[in-house]
Amino acid sequence: MFLINCPYCGERDQQEFKAGGEAHIERPKQPTELSDDEWAEYLFMRKNIKGIQFERWNHAHGCRKWFNMVRDTSNDEIKAIYKMGEKPPSQ
Amino acid sequence: MRNKYSIFSLIKNALSYHENWQRAWKDPSPKKEYDAIIVGGGGHGLATAYYLAKKHNMNNIAVVEKGWIGGGNTGRNTTIIRSNYLWDASAGLYDHALKIWEGLSQELNYNVMFSQRGVMNLAHNLQDVRDLKRRTHANRLNGIDAVYLSTEEVKKFCPIINTSPDIRYPVLGGTLQRRAGTARHDAVAWGYARGADSMGVDIIQNCEVKGIKRNGDSVEGIETTKGFIKTKKIGVVAAGHSSVIANMAGLRLPLESKPLQALVSEPVKPIIDTVVMSNAVHAYVSQSDKGELVIGAGTDDYVSYTQKGSHQIVEGTLNAILELYPIFSRMRMLRQWGGIVDICPDASPILSKTSIKGLYFNCGWGTGGFKATPGSGDLFAHTIANDEPHKLNAAFNLNRFVSGDLVDEHGAAAVAH
Repeated sequence: MFLINCPYCGERDQQEFKAGGEAHIERPKQPTELSDDEWAEYLFMRKNIKGIQFERWNHAHGCRKWFNMVRDTSNDEIKAIYKMGEKPPSQ
Repeated sequence: MRNKYSIFSLIKNALSYHENWQRAWKDPSPKKEYDAIIVGGGGHGLATAYYLAKKHNMNNIAVVEKGWIGGGNTGRNTTIIRSNYLWDASAGLYDHALKIWEGLSQELNYNVMFSQRGVMNLAHNLQDVRDLKRRTHANRLNGIDAVYLSTEEVKKFCPIINTSPDIRYPVLGGTLQRRAGTARHDAVAWGYARGADSMGVDIIQNCEVKGIKRNGDSVEGIETTKGFIKTKKIGVVAAGHSSVIANMAGLRLPLESKPLQALVSEPVKPIIDTVVMSNAVHAYVSQSDKGELVIGAGTDDYVSYTQKGSHQIVEGTLNAILELYPIFSRMRMLRQWGGIVDICPDASPILSKTSIKGLYFNCGWGTGGFKATPGSGDLFAHTIANDEPHKLNAAFNLNRFVSGDLVDEHGAAAVAH
């Protein structure tokens, strides 16, 4: 359990948020031309990093907006939060 | 061979004040090379080593464990064993395990305290009723014992459940698998460790894997905190840390690691003599032999390796427990903990070869791996020894995420994943 600084509402309890998984997985530009391997990679394969991970969160019980987070999954420490469409901060 | 445990050995050791018991397994230093190395000394890893030695005559093998054996999810689960899964592939896999459980204490000469006290799954809405009836029929077609119970029969089987129609999610019925039950989780790890050790397997604790050495498309060995160990076959059974090991080999897995919590109460006299699981309100409870209520909560929705978990998850589970069992309202909880579970998109495990020769993965058991321990070890040993899956784990290959042939147990299994 931790506090999350929503870029629109400020600091709120994690209970108000929904985790949306790994961030920056690009939607295929030409879905019809994708091979089965590429579909598997896009749909299922995940980095699942122990350490610094980039992920999406949604303030589900608040402003309902999506944003990105950089979090250390080995200790749940939040390193950075940035809005959708913004460039991720360099490590 | 180790000294056999029996009533006579107990008496003999009692006479010397239990000070002369033989060590149950050795504490060896790693050799330079093994025929196979199992990464992960939990129940599944130790069982794999045991069956490799016993059934496939592979005795020059090692289990490497970064902490102590059975100190990960093996010691953190709620010890429930059942095989009432919906799909044929899952039913085959989990019932194979259940059949081994039934004779495991005798086979290992180690009391794993397997107790077939039955597992009851409750239905709280009409869709639950339909799903559970469907699953009961599917189980019977697969030769797995299952019965559907009415609300009255649920009450009769477990009288402390509140079956009043006035509660928020009333009990509309349930299923019962009588062959299901619980076992002592630590004993399973210790029993397999003792058995494997007596057949020559090296169990190397406090030895963390730091890298996997590859030569093109095949493996050459592992880098560990105790040095490099050469081998041609690596079986990874690292549960929540499977992706970490996969990354070392340059492999991607369809897993997400999340905290799953459990808690136990203060010990009380026997009050619940079965296991009751409720999918819809996510509450399951049983009672340990020490008298503690053992309660399983849910997973958090974010990736984390912290072995903690969010407070609201526990709160939600306890809300449901109190509505279903008002008698527990004044129980005090003693301990709460989390384990890191590796969850597949289809909530089914992976027991598979990989694109790298000599590298095998046994992972993705998610929230329900304990029940499968003996079967998982047996089938994974077969896969490693023959470089081919057994027919019971053929469906649980890594390629199913490419072919689309998923074993979708999400929500179709008896409990929410």
